[in-house]
Amino acid sequence: METYLYIALFAPIVGSLITALFAQMPKKICVGIFTSTLIFISFISSMILLNYVDEDQIVHVKLMDWISAGNLSIPFGFVVDQVSVIMMVTVTLVSTVVHIYSIGYMDHDESFNRFFSWLSAFVFSMMILVMSDNFVGLFIGWEGVGLCSWGLIGFWYKKHSASWAANEAFIMNRIADLGMLMGLFLIYWNIGSLQYDIVFAQIVNLDINVVTWIGIFLFIGAMGKSAQFPLHTWLADAMEGPTPVSALIHAATMVTAGVYLIVRAGEIYTLIPDVGLFIASLGAFVAVFAASMALVNRDLKRIIAYSTLSQLGYMFVAAGLGAYWIALFHLMTHAFFKSLLFLGAGNVMHAMDDELDIKKMGGLYSAMKPTAILMSIASVALAGIYPLAGFFSKDKILEVAFNNGSYFLWFALFIGAGMTAFYSFRLVMLVFFGEKVHKKLGFNPHEAKPFVIYALTPLALLAIVAGFFEQSFHEFTTQLLVNYEFTLDHSIALILIFATSAVAISGIAFAVYKYKRGGFSEKIEEWGVYKLLINQYYIPKLYKDGIMKPFTSFSKFLWLNIDNMIVDKTVDMIAGAIYGTGEKARKMQSGNLSSMLRWMVAGIIILLALAIFYRPMV
Amino acid sequence: MIGLTHYLVLSAILFAIGLVGVMKRKNLLMLFFSTEILLNAVNIGFVAIGHYYGDLSGQMFAFFIIAVAASEIAVGLGLLVLWYKKTGSTDLDSLSMMKG
Amino acid sequence: MFEVIAFYTFSILTILMFGIVVLSKNALYAMSALAGGMIFISGFFFLLGAEFLGVVQIVVYSGAVMALYAFGMMFFDTTRDVKENIQYKKILYTLSVLSAVLIVIIMSAPLFSANIEAIYPSMVEGVGNTQMVGLVLFTKYLIPFELAAVMLLVAMISGILLVSKRMEMNLTEEDNYEEKGEII
Repeated sequence: METYLYIALFAPIVGSLITALFAQMPKKICVGIFTSTLIFISFISSMILLNYVDEDQIVHVKLMDWISAGNLSIPFGFVVDQVSVIMMVTVTLVSTVVHIYSIGYMDHDESFNRFFSWLSAFVFSMMILVMSDNFVGLFIGWEGVGLCSWGLIGFWYKKHSASWAANEAFIMNRIADLGMLMGLFLIYWNIGSLQYDIVFAQIVNLDINVVTWIGIFLFIGAMGKSAQFPLHTWLADAMEGPTPVSALIHAATMVTAGVYLIVRAGEIYTLIPDVGLFIASLGAFVAVFAASMALVNRDLKRIIAYSTLSQLGYMFVAAGLGAYWIALFHLMTHAFFKSLLFLGAGNVMHAMDDELDIKKMGGLYSAMKPTAILMSIASVALAGIYPLAGFFSKDKILEVAFNNGSYFLWFALFIGAGMTAFYSFRLVMLVFFGEKVHKKLGFNPHEAKPFVIYALTPLALLAIVAGFFEQSFHEFTTQLLVNYEFTLDHSIALILIFATSAVAISGIAFAVYKYKRGGFSEKIEEWGVYKLLINQYYIPKLYKDGIMKPFTSFSKFLWLNIDNMIVDKTVDMIAGAIYGTGEKARKMQSGNLSSMLRWMVAGIIILLALAIFYRPMV
Repeated sequence: MIGLTHYLVLSAILFAIGLVGVMKRKNLLMLFFSTEILLNAVNIGFVAIGHYYGDLSGQMFAFFIIAVAASEIAVGLGLLVLWYKKTGSTDLDSLSMMKG
Repeated sequence: MFEVIAFYTFSILTILMFGIVVLSKNALYAMSALAGGMIFISGFFFLLGAEFLGVVQIVVYSGAVMALYAFGMMFFDTTRDVKENIQYKKILYTLSVLSAVLIVIIMSAPLFSANIEAIYPSMVEGVGNTQMVGLVLFTKYLIPFELAAVMLLVAMISGILLVSKRMEMNLTEEDNYEEKGEII
């Protein structure tokens, strides 16, 4: 089984490194096929491991001693247990689809090979993140995905906005990573080890305050990676990257790493329900907050990005309230339908020559039927309609919130569900149905290549059926994770399900009804609420004015006054002094023997004077 | 009585004269003369110290210095002749090819 | 008493001679003065009981070296004095005075404190200086002696080679010579 583990882990990096050799060369289709094959092999290995773990066995290997300094000993170890294997399968499955899809999507890009190199490197980092058996390995993977995310958001680095967004994402993540590092330091300080099993075994002995701080710091790290408020702005800007990247990294895998961390560290968070409640509240807030921004946005990819944010909020609610398996379950189903949604959006973008404004589309159904169907499936799943995947997982989260007695949270999520349904179908309606606006603007949409569509079908299939695995998923993951006890009456649960479904359906119905008749009037854009939402609650502006500008001027001050006047001047002075003495001393080297002899005598005199007047300390 | 110090001071004076010559003269031949003076000044010092210590090593060193001086003159004069043939001058200032 | 008179006489004469060497404009005068100075220096050696060295000094310096200079000077136009325009005279004089003072201080100061007097005025009884020099030179200093011999040989060969090489040719026309090919 260890062999499969190593294959699953290292196949992507092999692909990445080999492909990197061709990074500067013109497009080679075999590069895409090669990396896709390796990722597929990784997926197969993960499936075999899943099957193996299903028989109650855990694969735990130690590749080598990695860091051992003083009391610190960190092996390069990997573990495949119920949680990581779920993540592995999800990651590799989505990655395989995205890789195949990208062969078609990146077809005309001049940096085709480089793209695949980065993408495979990302998969490798993600595998390290989920498979590591200690916090340091997780952190390495954490940084690795951050790096690859930077490289892929800024993939079209010649575009200023893309490189800006890449840097923004990277810097925001660094801020959060500081929190995570502090958490790791606290753990090591108090426990003396960073191995999961040792940490979780000993965490109960610690002072509750220390555990609280650990929990808070780790959650700060998770907040950055999963783009929770107030560090959420980078995710929407990250949509500058190629669409497969958005699908893989900014919907299915990397942004869920924060949730994974909370789930993984569940044994810490069960000790500190207060922090958990805070996480849940923040999650619920983000769920509504992001969904509201998605309501009005006109950018195809940003809508889906806000939706991702909102769904991440749902996951955090579940994780914060201790329902780890539900969080993980939603993570998995969300990965399927959200990446499907993104990849479908990629098709639409291609068809519309990279036009992203959904108000300029409309009526694309006739031109691209398969994509329309796939995206509709994904949207229905996202909205949470029975029997699609989103229904099961999202409904469970609402149930958890209600069960916990946090009716306010439940209500927020309930509203969020309605909004989700509305904006998903607003998107579908505006893009695929209604008036054919694009004809007027001179677009000539065309459907993507058939193999691209075929590559998406597994995701569509899973988006439909994944929900039915709920029971077995529950049994499987709770072997490792803390179980969540529902104390809710069955009838109440049923009512809740109906209520949620009703709000989702009414959201859909409202969207369909409204946009079938040409949508809202232009007047709505005059409303204060609309302006607030379209400007993302003015938060980017606030960051710009409140943080960036003062920081820039502060940096400028330091640059002009401290750096230029003190640091540079000092360096210049040293250089100038040396240069000046050199310039002066150059005259000594006149090449004239007589003057050289004179200098020699002068040197002798100095030495003699030293010999006479200098008395070393005895 | 004449002591060691007398000899050493004499040696120092001669050495200083040699140094002056080295610095002052521009004629290469004179430069060789001045080096001879320097070497001889040192020789006196060696022999005097050897004498007052009752050790023959001083004289030995003086011998070797004489040998070195002789070979120096042989080679140096040869080079000087070559130089003179090439440039027609023994002026020190004509030797400035080492200028950086 | 004799020693004192001799020392001071020789001292004055040597300094005078060397002064002429350093200050004289004429190379021929300078050379003659140098030869004289060398002979006076051998006087010190006799005073110090190093008879052999004194003889060597006269023979090697006044004989060999001076002859070498004399022959060397035949290659030069000695009547044509080298114009010695000295720049920065002040620097020159300061350096000279300073070096002289410092060297004299160094030579005299620490030995006063150490108060070194003749500890072993004579060595083995009944053995002359020449014999003693031979003894020491061929036992303790044999290897330096051989090396000095080799060095002298090398210097001699190089001296001959440098001066005698293609006497008939002007070395500035080396390029022409290259074209003509090897002719000796």
